[in-house]
Amino acid sequence: MIKSTKSNKYMSRNLISIQDFSKEEILEVLKMAAGFEKNPSQPIFRDKVVASIFFEPSTRTRLSFETAANRLGARVIGFSDAGNTSVTKGETIKDTIKMVSNYADLIIMRHPLEGSARYASEISPVPVINAGDGSNQHPSQTLLDLYSIQKTQGKLDNLFINIVGDLKYGRTVHSLLQAMSHFNPTFLFTAPEELKLPNEYKEYLRKRNIRFEETRNLADGICQADILYMTRVQQERFTDAIEYERVKNVYSLNNSMLEGAKSNMKILHPLPRVNEIALDVDNSDHAYYFDQAKNGVYTRMAIITKLFS
Amino acid sequence: MEKHLKVSAIKNGTVLDHIPAEQLFKVIDILGLSGISNQITFGTNLDSKFLGKKAIIKISDRYFESDEINRIALIAPQAKINIIHNFEVAEKRILSIPSSIKGIVKCMNPVCVTNHQPIETLFTTITDESELKLLCHYCEKITDKENLKIISNK
Repeated sequence: MIKSTKSNKYMSRNLISIQDFSKEEILEVLKMAAGFEKNPSQPIFRDKVVASIFFEPSTRTRLSFETAANRLGARVIGFSDAGNTSVTKGETIKDTIKMVSNYADLIIMRHPLEGSARYASEISPVPVINAGDGSNQHPSQTLLDLYSIQKTQGKLDNLFINIVGDLKYGRTVHSLLQAMSHFNPTFLFTAPEELKLPNEYKEYLRKRNIRFEETRNLADGICQADILYMTRVQQERFTDAIEYERVKNVYSLNNSMLEGAKSNMKILHPLPRVNEIALDVDNSDHAYYFDQAKNGVYTRMAIITKLFS
Repeated sequence: MEKHLKVSAIKNGTVLDHIPAEQLFKVIDILGLSGISNQITFGTNLDSKFLGKKAIIKISDRYFESDEINRIALIAPQAKINIIHNFEVAEKRILSIPSSIKGIVKCMNPVCVTNHQPIETLFTTITDESELKLLCHYCEKITDKENLKIISNK
């Protein structure tokens, strides 16, 4: 669900939800990220220790956060499998966070329970970054999406963004539309009936006078789009296996579908992808999803820097 | 015809009237009445022109702060609160829905952290539509009226 976006000048101490950052703070992070891309080795936090605590599997998020911390000169402690920790003995989140915050100057946390990061930030005396709390929020992904959009389009304002796939459960989709709502976008939401954008998000956009349309047909919005944001249609969301089989092929993008696309159009995907982007798209000039993942390091360097300062 | 009170009058205390009959025990839970030593009388499934069936609770020598009593607005917004002094109604109070709700209600999201860790729930109330909804401070999901479960306040 949607909280109102922060608009005051209060400086965020944690990054739990994308709405914790005002528009100015988002732009500040993107500007810093561009600086880190030009010069990625800036060991300005040699005296800092960053805890990376992942109670759930992750490839890109954990590795890019740890790379970001290392490039900033910080030392990284933590775990990527809660099975090796006192959590298996029944330790509460509260006790784990209290203990980790004794050791580290900043905590990056992923946890399957929704709201766990907000809770951790209330307990912890040091800043907390939410690296994903169940299907709730994943704000660093949103910031790197924004950085990728700005970098490829030269701007964030007045873009046509076609978001495709699982618009019902996809946390990156919800955070992205909230963050982009600062920049007067036009959205096209492409999804099967079962995975349409929930009404509460449509209401959120209507209140902000943001234009959007919905379609079930992937071919509908490729020509107008500046950004084609693909997401994975997850099998476990379907009660009907046959329906999943039908839908998964409908939302599969291949190179021949890109013929009429605008030259500036870029395809983004939070990854991992399965069927939704065919391998023949990878060599297209429109494909940007691997660069997008690379941008994660610069964006996360910027987030860490912002919270330390 | 002589009128008899189905639930006898109290000398001093608080009367909660016009509670929907099916919400009586939730109101008792929310106000923690099962754990207090004051005399309490209640009636339920009484005829009501407005509610069909209503419940009433009379608590002797007990008065509630607004914050405390307003919590029942979640489930019984039309309840009437009368403060009784010496068998007379000394004050009538109107319930208003609080802007935030701490404890009392369980988050309906099964994977919300509050359902797995010893954390007090916290909600923001949303009343901009006709229906009352609660926005969880932690998981950011909505708990609506149909799924509102009260955590016992003993």
